[in-house]
Amino acid sequence: MKLPDAEKLCAQLVAELKPRIGPKTAMVGLYTGGAWLAERLHPMLGLKNPLGLMDIAFYRDDYAARGLKHDPKRTKIPFDVNGAEILLVDDILYSGRTVRAAMNELFDYGRPASIALVVLADRGGRQLPVCAQHVGARVEVPAGQRLRLNREESGRLVLALEPERAA
Amino acid sequence: MQRNPQLNANGELQHLLSIEGLPREILLQILDTAESFVGVTEREVKKVPLLRGKSVFNLFFEASTRTRTTFEIAAKRLSADVINLNITVSSATKGESLLDTVANLSAMQADIFIVRHESSGAPFLIARHVKPHEHVINAGDGRHAHPTQGLLDLYTIRHYKKDFSKLTVAIVGDILHSRVARSLIHGLTTLGAPEVRVIAPQTLLPAGVEALGVRVFHDMRAGVKDADVVVMLRLQNERMRGALLPSAQEFNKHYGLTGDKLALARPDAIVMHPGPMNRGVEIDSTVADGPHSVILPQVTFGIAVRMAVMSIVAGN
Repeated sequence: MKLPDAEKLCAQLVAELKPRIGPKTAMVGLYTGGAWLAERLHPMLGLKNPLGLMDIAFYRDDYAARGLKHDPKRTKIPFDVNGAEILLVDDILYSGRTVRAAMNELFDYGRPASIALVVLADRGGRQLPVCAQHVGARVEVPAGQRLRLNREESGRLVLALEPERAA
Repeated sequence: MQRNPQLNANGELQHLLSIEGLPREILLQILDTAESFVGVTEREVKKVPLLRGKSVFNLFFEASTRTRTTFEIAAKRLSADVINLNITVSSATKGESLLDTVANLSAMQADIFIVRHESSGAPFLIARHVKPHEHVINAGDGRHAHPTQGLLDLYTIRHYKKDFSKLTVAIVGDILHSRVARSLIHGLTTLGAPEVRVIAPQTLLPAGVEALGVRVFHDMRAGVKDADVVVMLRLQNERMRGALLPSAQEFNKHYGLTGDKLALARPDAIVMHPGPMNRGVEIDSTVADGPHSVILPQVTFGIAVRMAVMSIVAGN
């Protein structure tokens, strides 16, 4: 099946987000794919607040079953979360569990005025009442496959399907 | 080959008993995870929900304030429940065996035991007898090992020096009684530090210390020359039996870190000490409070390192 062009979706998101950018707008990208996307969107939108990057490893709900399987990256939120209008950026929206964890972590930094969710692709399959305000594309993913974002050496973002990892 | 008692069947860290025998990847996993926890400890809310509902038992058979407190803070910042047991004034004095004490605590639904014991090997004994979901962390056993101190020393060195591959590290003082020195030496050699020196009088060096991969110096001035890192050890009066030293003053004269001896090290050298310090014995106040000293950051990093160790073992 043909997957949408991630670069085009990126440009489309920029156009869609532009009207809502104000002085209090800040952006947080979720490692790893969401951080790549945010690193791209942030300068294109000309946001004044520096970009925040978040690893939700310490807030995951499957720690008891899986433990800390990778070395978590350090979350860096270089702006005051209190009163900020936050654009939370991730690459793929699926179960909604990552977004739940990210919101919990954000609130440990302060009380934002609002959070809007921005994703490159929504593949459905929600297990929590989470929805994105800005979606690049809705993508149907065949059973047993997972959708992921890759960054090529040139920096180009590409969506790809790969077999689901064994749990 | 016997399986490493610290690792589970998948080669993951199940207990932290000693740095000796731990693969480089696991040491780096701990240091990298600690780096992320340093970020947590700098926020307003210094707590993450990772160990919610887990019970951490601080089992201290030997006196300690700093290590016990930093483990307690680390466990609380992971949202665990912490129970402190001062065994020296409790069951052990009533005659209960070590394994009976642990079996009783296990019956109280423990998840992690933090163990300090005056006998080398006690945490290994406990680790062999706990249930599969229980984890043991060695907080210092006799003269043997103090792995979380060694790890926080490694973290501190990496924080200031970035890379181990070109470092000269000088460890000075009472190597004989020091579990801290042993853990740090194993960590440094595993992570590839090319020159680890130990500096001490012959009476305060364990026999065959060279086998650990260190260079031995008896003259401190020669030993600290061009060092990137100088680690001072506490003169452990409570562990000294017999006349190993003429006097503390004599020790200070030859092996105390003074400003003029430190001047022989590299200009950007850092000075570390695991605490508690004997000012005027192994280290002069001008050095301990001086610009090269990273002794207090060591304590702060120690919390993040202990958070990393607990969150890694409890998830495996």
